[in-house]
Amino acid sequence: MAMALPLAYASSVVNPFEAGRLSFSTKATKHKKHIYQFRKVTKVLAYYGLANPPYKLDALEPYMSRRTLELHWGNIHRGYVDSLNKQLANSPLYGCTMEELIKTTFNNGNPLPEYNNAAEVWNHDFFWESMQPNGGRLPWGGVLDQIEKDFGSFSNFRDEFVHSAMMLFGSGWVWLVLKTNERRLSIVRTSNAVCPLVWGDIPIISLDMWEHAYYLDYKDDVSKYVNNFMDHLISWHSATARMVRAEAFVNLGEPKIPVA
Amino acid sequence: MALRTLFSKKAFTTASGFRPIAAGDRCFLRQARGLTVAALPDLAYDYGALEPAISGEIMRLHHQKHHQAYVTNYNNALEQLETAMAKGDASAVVRLQSAIKFNGGGHINHSIFWKNLKPVNEGGGEPPHSTLGWAIDTDFCSLEALVQKMNAEGAALQGSGWWLALDKGSKKLSVETTANQDPLVSKGANLVPLLGIDVWEHAYYLQYKNVRPDYLKNIWKVINWKYASEVFDEETA
Repeated sequence: MAMALPLAYASSVVNPFEAGRLSFSTKATKHKKHIYQFRKVTKVLAYYGLANPPYKLDALEPYMSRRTLELHWGNIHRGYVDSLNKQLANSPLYGCTMEELIKTTFNNGNPLPEYNNAAEVWNHDFFWESMQPNGGRLPWGGVLDQIEKDFGSFSNFRDEFVHSAMMLFGSGWVWLVLKTNERRLSIVRTSNAVCPLVWGDIPIISLDMWEHAYYLDYKDDVSKYVNNFMDHLISWHSATARMVRAEAFVNLGEPKIPVA
Repeated sequence: MALRTLFSKKAFTTASGFRPIAAGDRCFLRQARGLTVAALPDLAYDYGALEPAISGEIMRLHHQKHHQAYVTNYNNALEQLETAMAKGDASAVVRLQSAIKFNGGGHINHSIFWKNLKPVNEGGGEPPHSTLGWAIDTDFCSLEALVQKMNAEGAALQGSGWWLALDKGSKKLSVETTANQDPLVSKGANLVPLLGIDVWEHAYYLQYKNVRPDYLKNIWKVINWKYASEVFDEETA
């Protein structure tokens, strides 16, 4: 699910199409250009990019204002990406996928300095995709079945999720995860930047409970924020896609092997 | 404007005096022991008096909503704790600890924070003199160095937290950060808070958005060093 893929480009290659030059040139000049370009190429750089949310910044109104998204995505999320790139510029951790980077830098509970930025970049990407315009209401199909199996009913799940969000002390996230060992869905609360990937679990939905996520819109009314998220923002489409992918890694039921 | 005390004691006495404790005696027991509740302290200044460093809207929300919520939840947790202790329910007692630490810590921290702030026209921002001033020069080289250090640590703090600096246990000043609403004592029983700055996002987001360093730079204009000096002198006496 890593949206922030490493992008590689050579530092000074000129694309003849962009530069407005003709696509055809004589063999001699092509050859010269070829050598010239190779001489100029000194360093290949890779870095993580900031991915756009899958909707326009005002698409989640009135439950999450455009101003909040402008600041949250444009400043805070972008800030994490920039800090991460700066940290990784001279680091041996260069070149991992985002998920690998998070697991490595978490270091089993003694996080390295890059962990915070890496995890927050991933968490925010995941969060944007966990929401959609006209979201909320009920899931369907396999997700609903699994929720009913693991929580009793959808309203039990909803109450537990809201309660967990309200009980979070400090900054953090609330997650609906598929626990790989227990093979069931579960609600998990994490502090600051911790992400359930580090425990090998598969997140399905997340909610940002840092104050910057809701303060402009809801001030201190946390319960309204969480309830609006459940009723109007949560993207069950994303959840379904993630569940489908998760089932490739976790066996949720007994396989039906036909008896000959 | 006088500040109300942090705690107000309400004690009731029973006419019947002492007798063996039975299950239905809980109400008498509580009255005999005295009921101590936390109360929201008043501010010594108006909500808008700290502008432009901290906006009136933030002060109002911070005091009336956030601090009040900590007080209310702390009192609720204490009530539940009393019940659990009377029943001998050890798991409930343990379960309530995190709520007490969070809400109680929030109440303690914010009560100190309000005293740490003062409007500019009443002396806010005036640098410390005499004993505290000399101690700062000894332990940090200069006030500017202290301010810089505190700003750096405050900006670097991940998530929510406090940043009760200038505490003095072994007669030395130091800058400490605590997470969430942990009070300073959770870092060391000898630490005495002199000056704290709330770096939770609710303390500055409406005005400074995500630019925490700007908030930290501006809050020094309304810091009440006199209160810090008073506490320092009391403790070193």
